[in-house]
Amino acid sequence: MGRRSGGRTLEFKDAGTQVGPLLVVDDVHTSFRTARGTVRAVDGVSFDVHEGKTLGIVGESGSGKTVLARSIMGLLPPRDVIRSGTVHFAGHELTAMDDKDLRQVWGAELSMIFQDPMTALNPVKRIGVQIAESLILHLDMDKKEAGSTAVELLRSVGIPSPEDRVKWYPFQLSGGMRQRVMIAIALACAPRLVLADEPTTGLDVTVQAQILDLLAELQRERHMAVILVTHDLGVVASRADDIIVMYAGRVVERAPTHTLFHDTKMPYTRALMDSIPRLADPSGVRLNAIAGRPPDLINPPDGCRFAPRCPYAQDKCRESEPPLRTVGSADHLFACWFPLVDGESTVPPVPVSISAPVTPGPESSGASDI
Amino acid sequence: MPDDKELFDTRSSSKMLANRIPMTAATDEAVLEMQSAAVDGEVLQKKPFGFLFWFALSFVGIVLFSAVLANVLPLQNPNFGHFTDLNQGPSSAHLLGTDDLGRDILARLVFGARVSLIVGFLGVAIGLVFGGSAGLVSGYRGGRLDIALNAFSFIILAFPAIVAVIAIVTFWGASLFHITIILGIATIPLMYRVIRASSLAFAQRDFVVAAKTMGATNTRIVLREILPNVIPVMVTFSLITVAGLIVIEGTLAFLGLSVALPTPSWGNLINEGSSNGLLSINPLIMLWPAMAMFTLLWSINLIGDRLRQRFDLREGVL
Repeated sequence: MGRRSGGRTLEFKDAGTQVGPLLVVDDVHTSFRTARGTVRAVDGVSFDVHEGKTLGIVGESGSGKTVLARSIMGLLPPRDVIRSGTVHFAGHELTAMDDKDLRQVWGAELSMIFQDPMTALNPVKRIGVQIAESLILHLDMDKKEAGSTAVELLRSVGIPSPEDRVKWYPFQLSGGMRQRVMIAIALACAPRLVLADEPTTGLDVTVQAQILDLLAELQRERHMAVILVTHDLGVVASRADDIIVMYAGRVVERAPTHTLFHDTKMPYTRALMDSIPRLADPSGVRLNAIAGRPPDLINPPDGCRFAPRCPYAQDKCRESEPPLRTVGSADHLFACWFPLVDGESTVPPVPVSISAPVTPGPESSGASDI
Repeated sequence: MPDDKELFDTRSSSKMLANRIPMTAATDEAVLEMQSAAVDGEVLQKKPFGFLFWFALSFVGIVLFSAVLANVLPLQNPNFGHFTDLNQGPSSAHLLGTDDLGRDILARLVFGARVSLIVGFLGVAIGLVFGGSAGLVSGYRGGRLDIALNAFSFIILAFPAIVAVIAIVTFWGASLFHITIILGIATIPLMYRVIRASSLAFAQRDFVVAAKTMGATNTRIVLREILPNVIPVMVTFSLITVAGLIVIEGTLAFLGLSVALPTPSWGNLINEGSSNGLLSINPLIMLWPAMAMFTLLWSINLIGDRLRQRFDLREGVL
């Protein structure tokens, strides 16, 4: 579609020449109007991502991480959404763009890998065609050139004999292979930032590792930034430069990966780590699940939102909300009145009462998953 | 409180475990080979269309072919009466016999097929162009446009179509053009509803969002992502509707509201053959067009159904 290249109005600098962060997310709020009330799915999230870096966003279901990813992309439904805050990408304000401008950014500069490779590919189109489309659209390639580039892309994501596979339909591929195709599509136009929304959730563990390693390898080759959204701390532990932990629509801890694991401040992050099962544990050991459920995002609790489930919660935690603050190193932010010191709490643990009021989870509102 | 060292150790040990399994391109290749073998097997084992399908397809093909080439084929004048050969049975001179005015029934049948087919296919084409495109856009865009179009289609559908058609034909005059247009318009809301529902189902799917994030325009998404998925439904429903329109034209003709006599249409032929006590003198006059219409409708429905079975991805391999 050569005619669209003539209408290209946004200027983007070449990779590697970016001054300052590539993506700046500033105080993003996203709420959904529902019959029960306003669901504040994302409630004041700020962060930035530098070129070539990997940011992990971790949180349990309903913590707002998918809505955050979609807010960054600008993929929110047009109705019944209240949003504020800004997202700047390479100096352009995405939140102020209309669809026409966004289409120049999407795919070419900023692309997304979806959670479920089973549904994110068009079932009635050959995978080669699906890869070639964005090449023709953004890079003004002709059909033949796009076709041969599609073969190369399939080869680069580790699909054997790609010359034959380009003619295959998605149903002929396994889940892992489909996710490789998704990655090939997302990376086709050499974007500078890739948003991977739980890219391996639908895959089994061995394939997960392959896909994540592939993504990391391509990231190094292409000097891309990656935002890896996941509910699994293990996925981001060895791959992210920085990690954001989200809870109930807010950032509760943000730190470089090493710092987060070695100097955990927020009891929620600690609880997430403890909930990872360990191979070394003898069989029969109970999993350390976090008691209770995430709060109702229509009426979040006063004070710290994790307080109802926190073993160290004090009266102060239930009364006033802790700000995102820092102690010592400036790049380690956390929202807790009584941060852990060397992994230990400074206040005695209080058993979480089982009879604590159970509020319906955000799933029941129907708006947490758009 | 488990220390972090242990956490990392665990991770590396599970990673080692994963590495020990030779999950390399070689295994991928093997997996893909197995898959491709399975897929090839699938193709071989695919249920054949069967004799009935091919019979139906040939019948529709023959009717279409002869209707299109009626002027070229060695047929007799459908309106010329052989006054010496009234009410003849099948013979070498008249393959299907003659009617009460000595006209060749085969010639009338073939020329009459033109009317039925034009009304059926052209009417559906009108419905597809307007109703289909409105349905695609409405299902994809949603919102106020969808609500408005939807309400409008319900209003039209609430009106009994056949009564409206009879009323309009009575006032506007019965001609092939008028009937085609009216039946075409009556088809629009049907097409709209079916295609909107299908489009709506696909508009919410991830691959549509994925196409959007790759910079596809709305037009492109509708035409290149949604339309190919809707086509199986579209084809099947169109064929069923063609059959439906042929029946309605027959009904109108039977009531004397279709193309004016002596121009033959299948409905006209049935009407002629059943009036003036002809049924007891020469039942073949009515039997031939009735059989032709029955077989055509049965064929079209069967083709539509078999195509749906073959191309319905949801029932198939997924």
